[in-house]
Amino acid sequence: MQANNALNYDYSVAKCFTYATILFGIIGMLIGVVIAYQLAFPELNYLAGEYGTYSRLRPLHTSGVIFGFLLSGIFATWYYVGQRVLKVSMAESPFLMILGRVHFWLYMILMIIAVVTLFLGIGTSKEYAELEWPLDIAVVVVWVIWGLSIFGLIGIRREKTLYISMWYYIATFLGVAMLYLFNNMEVPTYFVSGYGKWYHSVSMYAGTNDAMVQWWYGHNAVAFVFTVPIIAMIYYFLPKESGQPVFSYKLSLLSFWGLMFVYLWAGGHHLLYSTVPDWVQTMGSIFSIILILPSWGSAINMLLTMKGQWGQLKSNPLVKFMVLASTFYMLSTLEGPIQAIKSVNALAHFTDWIPGHVHDGTLGWVGFMTMAALFHMAPRMYKRELYSKKLMESQFWIQTTGIVMYFSSMWIAGITQGMMWRATDQYGNLAYSFIDTVTVLIPYYALRATGGLLYLIGFFMFTYNMYKTMTASKAIASEPQNASPMAA
Amino acid sequence: MFHWLERNPFFFAVGVFLVVAYAGVVTILPDFMESARPVTGTKPYTVLELAGRQIYIKDSCNACHSQLVRPFKSETDRYGKYSLSGEYAYDRPFLWGSRRAGPDLMRVGNYRTTDWHEYHMLDPKSVVPGSIMPAYKHMFQNVADIDTAYAEAYTVKTVFSVPYDQPDMPTLGTYDEAKKQVMAEASAIVADMKSPEIKEAFQRGEIKEIVALIAYLNRLK
Ligand code: HEC
Ligand code: HEM
Ligand SMILES: [Fe+2]
Repeated sequence: MQANNALNYDYSVAKCFTYATILFGIIGMLIGVVIAYQLAFPELNYLAGEYGTYSRLRPLHTSGVIFGFLLSGIFATWYYVGQRVLKVSMAESPFLMILGRVHFWLYMILMIIAVVTLFLGIGTSKEYAELEWPLDIAVVVVWVIWGLSIFGLIGIRREKTLYISMWYYIATFLGVAMLYLFNNMEVPTYFVSGYGKWYHSVSMYAGTNDAMVQWWYGHNAVAFVFTVPIIAMIYYFLPKESGQPVFSYKLSLLSFWGLMFVYLWAGGHHLLYSTVPDWVQTMGSIFSIILILPSWGSAINMLLTMKGQWGQLKSNPLVKFMVLASTFYMLSTLEGPIQAIKSVNALAHFTDWIPGHVHDGTLGWVGFMTMAALFHMAPRMYKRELYSKKLMESQFWIQTTGIVMYFSSMWIAGITQGMMWRATDQYGNLAYSFIDTVTVLIPYYALRATGGLLYLIGFFMFTYNMYKTMTASKAIASEPQNASPMAA
Repeated sequence: MFHWLERNPFFFAVGVFLVVAYAGVVTILPDFMESARPVTGTKPYTVLELAGRQIYIKDSCNACHSQLVRPFKSETDRYGKYSLSGEYAYDRPFLWGSRRAGPDLMRVGNYRTTDWHEYHMLDPKSVVPGSIMPAYKHMFQNVADIDTAYAEAYTVKTVFSVPYDQPDMPTLGTYDEAKKQVMAEASAIVADMKSPEIKEAFQRGEIKEIVALIAYLNRLK
């Protein structure tokens, strides 16, 4: 009875979120490529009137990829991984099934309204927290539903011990709940005054305090959206796909609690040399350096999981995606602490080196891991083999080239910009007017945009491969144990 | 202990939450009151300026512009005095930004004028060749939302005790009084502008977005 149940995991919700991941991935990345080209060719700002300017599109890009692409990916993998590591099918509880569907549809409605309002310029300006208060409330509802779904499934689990991935999903849920609530505290102005737009609000915090709360949020959004759930994924999918046990349980334990403990203290590195108290800045700097340890702990644990099995890098593109993801994670968690050193930050802050750093992490680590996870899930959800290994290989190289173009151009651009802003002539006067420091960057902006375009092309290849897998690939009789079956 | 936690999801969750939450309490709370205190001379925004600020937010100028002068000679030479915490006491939300695709605007009111902004917002390239800033033509068509700006001022006054209507501070008053005040401020700006359409619209009692935005930019000092 039990064994039988365990085989019938219900993937209907996971499938829905898989489609959403792909849809929002395309939208979010497409807008990203557009705004990247707008910086190189400003005429592109005028393709759609006031709605097509860099201004309106940038928050759409960030929200689109973070809350559209990535969050859907997190939900998709949760609705897949959760059942399997807890050894219980969602279908055993009609309540959880309904909850899952409500979760998906509410989320979709919310996202569509979010896209429309951001196009209209309705927002609070806080990075990654632009949505106005009615949507914030909807976000909270969606989040609570997800929480119910997590803890509901835990409640009926057969496997009593929570697998490492579960720790990270739980932490994602709790961390984001806390951060989002506090950063979005705002007062709706219409209900106080009786005038103006009903959806407008004003932040509970002012000036320096608002900045502190915002970057406590912004920094930890990186922790609990770009890092923690992705670690949840890699701890499940890499061992599963490669057939190798996790290298060290102790190291997972250390990295998990270390990450939880250290991350929250490092937010000050977004506010160095600003008007927040000096000690907050110093703490931010110091804890950023310490943060290398738990970050590399997880990454090294994953790489060592492949110990003696490096041949799989050649034979299995999915392993390749995941190993490269881990490597990019190591790169960005080394680069971050370097940027957090005060004297380096004095140069790097406000320059394009920061988006360079961001995209090592998001394209290399988050993007690769998410796509690899969905690739791994597809044959199990659709009972068909993956459509094309060749396509996957080309996608891998095209996207990797894209990422390298992206971060190398932004490193050069950022450092050039930072040096020019502070350069002086022999009399100690500033050597460059601001516009000199803009025009010199145009070639790098063009290069970056093209790198992004390559990544987007790779994403279309991913989409096509997934689509063919779902609809036209060869059916498989039984679920594969480890390496995902794929046609050449 | 960890093994035990891994079998008891409730306590596991509580543990994670505590480890995660207290860092926030320790880093944010101690200086909360101190950081919120305005420096002498800092005044709340007038309703017209607030309307401009809302347009600045609506068009995400903060995606390319910072409003934070760091204490380095290269920055004070370029932009003016470095920022003090109290100067931001009435900024809800803060608009420091995180990237300078364009220059810092913290003190742009010291060195740019109404008519400069008028030309620049309409067509940045014609004023600064090579500029990559988008033109904001729609601001010359759209009408500024004074009601929502009034609502915001009224809200911060009532909820956060922002000192409107006090000696030496901007007046807010009732909606009608505020509206009059807005018209007076706007007329001074419109007088400095060149565009006949903006002037005509103002004759009809319409304040275009660009007028409010310039009021805000002029106020940044
Ligand atoms: C794509 C990035 C971008 C966006 C978005 C942007 N700007 Fe700019 N801005 C620039 C650049 C680059 C410059 C420098 C060249 C120039 O003066 O045009 C600049 C210059 C300026 C200046 C002149 C500052 C000085 O010291 O000379 C002002 C004022 C300004 N912008 C206001 C705004 C406002 C208001 C908005 C929002 C409606 C905005 N900008 C949106 C890129 C941007
Ligand atoms: C040890 C780990 C890390 C440290 C210490 C770190 C440090 C930093 C620093 C110093 C900044 C620049 C702040 C500034 O001057 O504006 C920054 C920005 C950022 N980083 Fe990291 N980083 C780390 C890992 C990551 C990872 C893995 C990702 C993504 C997956 C990431 C995404 C971002 C984002 C989104 C920003 C904000 C950019 C903005 O200002 O808008 N970081 N980080
Ligand atoms: Fe950070």
